[in-house]
Amino acid sequence: MAEHNPAPQIVHSRLDNGMEIVVIPDHRAPVVTHMVWYRNGSADDPPLKSGIAHFLEHLMFKGTAKHPKGQFQQLIADLGGQENAFTSYDYTSYFQRLPREHLATCMEYEADRMRNLVLTDEVVAPERDVVLEERRMRTDSDPQAELSEAVQAALFQHHPYGEPVIGWAHEIETLNRADALAYYQRFYTPENAILIVAGDVTPQEVETLARETYGAIPARGAAPVRTRPQEPPQRAHRLVSLADEKVEQPAFERCYLAPSAVTAPAGEAEALEVMTHVLGGGQTSRLYRTLVHERQVAVAAGAYYMTPSVDMTRLWVYGVPAPSVSLEEFGAAVDAVIADFLKAPVSENELNRSRNRLIADSIYARDNQTSLAHWYGAALACGETVADVAGWAERIEKVTAEDVLRVARRWLDKRSAVTGYLMPQEQAA
Amino acid sequence: MNKALSRNEASRAGRVQIVRSPGGVLAWLVEDYAVPLVALDFSFRGGAAQDPAGKPGVATMLAGLLDEGAGPYDANAFHEALDEEAVHLGFGADRDHIAGHFQTLTRNADRAFELLRLALNEAHLEQGAIDRVRAQLTAGLKREAKDPDSVAGRLFRETAYAGHPYGAPTRGAIESLPSITREDLVAARVAQFARDGLVVAAVGAIDARELATRLDAVFGALPAKGMLKDVAPATMQGVGRRIVSEIDVPQSTIRFGRPALEKDDPDYMASVVVMHILGGGAFTARLFREVREKRGLAYSAYAGLQNYDRAAMLAGSTSTKNERAAESLAVIEEQIRDLSAHGPTQEELDKAKKFLIGSYDLRFDTSTKIAANLAHLQREGRAPSYLDERNRMIANVTMEDAKRAAQRVLGDGALLVTVAGRPADMA
Repeated sequence: MAEHNPAPQIVHSRLDNGMEIVVIPDHRAPVVTHMVWYRNGSADDPPLKSGIAHFLEHLMFKGTAKHPKGQFQQLIADLGGQENAFTSYDYTSYFQRLPREHLATCMEYEADRMRNLVLTDEVVAPERDVVLEERRMRTDSDPQAELSEAVQAALFQHHPYGEPVIGWAHEIETLNRADALAYYQRFYTPENAILIVAGDVTPQEVETLARETYGAIPARGAAPVRTRPQEPPQRAHRLVSLADEKVEQPAFERCYLAPSAVTAPAGEAEALEVMTHVLGGGQTSRLYRTLVHERQVAVAAGAYYMTPSVDMTRLWVYGVPAPSVSLEEFGAAVDAVIADFLKAPVSENELNRSRNRLIADSIYARDNQTSLAHWYGAALACGETVADVAGWAERIEKVTAEDVLRVARRWLDKRSAVTGYLMPQEQAA
Repeated sequence: MNKALSRNEASRAGRVQIVRSPGGVLAWLVEDYAVPLVALDFSFRGGAAQDPAGKPGVATMLAGLLDEGAGPYDANAFHEALDEEAVHLGFGADRDHIAGHFQTLTRNADRAFELLRLALNEAHLEQGAIDRVRAQLTAGLKREAKDPDSVAGRLFRETAYAGHPYGAPTRGAIESLPSITREDLVAARVAQFARDGLVVAAVGAIDARELATRLDAVFGALPAKGMLKDVAPATMQGVGRRIVSEIDVPQSTIRFGRPALEKDDPDYMASVVVMHILGGGAFTARLFREVREKRGLAYSAYAGLQNYDRAAMLAGSTSTKNERAAESLAVIEEQIRDLSAHGPTQEELDKAKKFLIGSYDLRFDTSTKIAANLAHLQREGRAPSYLDERNRMIANVTMEDAKRAAQRVLGDGALLVTVAGRPADMA
């Protein structure tokens, strides 16, 4: 993979209070992406408090004593910046994109809300309503989203990845100011945070600014420990079906339990990435070619592997059956493709195509500082290292057809999978 | 040689080279060698507005078929070639164009550009692929048949542009897709894939000389002139109406809109500023503040300008639980009336202008975004100098301009409103 243009020089360091810093220089445009990642997500929500990680993410926009509600947002807007935040199973992240000269101001505000958040019942109550509307919009009005929620809940028999990131409505309704502050005190600490700055900056200036802002936050002594119930061995394939009058197009999904880059032995996550791509990445994949082109039982089919992840993760196979093909017939056709896939190593052509695509994606990613920042942030928040991310393409290049076959046989196992059917009302059993 | 994209160059326009190939194909180019990539963004005039009456979806289907077999390759072989060279290639149709987006690693450029040439000049449009793409479009339409956001959007479009091509669905309709034939697709290709309606923008590790050669190879053999039918100016209808489509969901999705200003209107830029104050940005706009922040009525509430070649409108959306949907709409209508009657405050105007000026840089930080913006400006008939003038035009918007634009766009505040859900107290 010799390139004329070297990959960006990524610099990793740590403040005295434990906060990690990653700088990704990109001098093409005078803008920066500033992100702070916290190593806590919905899988760390305490019992009976599902949705608290995401609710707190919303409440982080409610201001501090020094910068009351709206001031940070107004400042970012005045500077022509963009900002937002997101919560996932394993992390919560806040980001701003703005002209480079305003980085210092931005860092001052973000550091301030890491320890000085002020919450009153007057701001907490309407924001809880906003989150309930968000849930109604994203999940409760969309049968596909409701099915996916049920599939996840069925897949994880013990681990909290089975809970939706946004939480269950009946628990969101009970979340209050005290819950939010307790959660904030526990997780919003320098030891638990990662700063990523990508764009038109040097590592030296970022470190200087970080010491002046985040560096002033006292260490707590240790990062919070997240202990989560782990999955026992799974032995039963589960079938989840949802019939709804709003469904006119049936759909199929299967979700397998699979190791992540963090939990798997060296090389296995990379083999899973290549395997998933050969099986279901794009139109030359086994699933698309067999089900859409040859057997014509599908209008779409593919597979997707979710990584990074702190604990055991998921690998999806999905498809849209052709008219007059039942979901049972479709599932049997998927099983036949997978059975064939497990018989022999993939061809040299298939292996090369998939590795080429995956490796090229890491070059394409260099065109977008925000994508790079996101890639590094998510990986570090889940327990990977900067070297792990930087060496990803090289490791993908080393994956062999035998590796692909081995992980396929090990993990494409229906006993640790859930199959989901999305059905029109009249097909309901 | 890293001559482009340096922040020391004050002029963004100064980085744009206008390249004319020996064959007469024109493109805007920004050279940059930081990442070994080339991005190309291009479009042909035409699009869904050219679909034959009663056969919506032709342009979308044509766009979906260009990579389904071309030249010596059948569909599988074409996709294998794209994978082998790791080419990003996608086509799509909007109301007024068929557009393509292409990205290649420089080391694969020869074969990648050849695949692009084949897609545009020698796509097979064979029956098996037509049936496949038709089935995929149909599945997509079924998927959203009772999705609240799609239902409200469809009702809005059909009402606002009834009888006009803009009222037809860009991606076709479940009932009409079966009637589209290969002849329709070939006719659309002949009519639209021509050099007079073509705009091209290139960004990345390529110089003017190489680009000129590639432009001729890819686009040079296309006919000089397209054969487009005239699209009449579309006047938005239904303003003042409120239409509800009942769906059994806990939340009502509301679309609203009214006519707005054409891009060549002297008050257009002032209207951009006013709309930012009303419903743009994330956390500072009036709709966000009043609907979400103060009252917790919705996760999202926004409004913006939508300009097509032959229509201009203000369009917005929000989603609120059925019991409070009427309240959300009342809050939105109140804000629109207030902004029309009184204009923005001086502080709102100053801050909106600062945001719009400051955030322009953020549109130019990746090759694909730069290419998309340069193609967009060409479609609008701008010169590269607009890249520098645009912020001055915003800076020059006065309070008087903003008040006049607010009055002209928001008028008496009457809206076309479409709702999907089971809203309480909404007739």
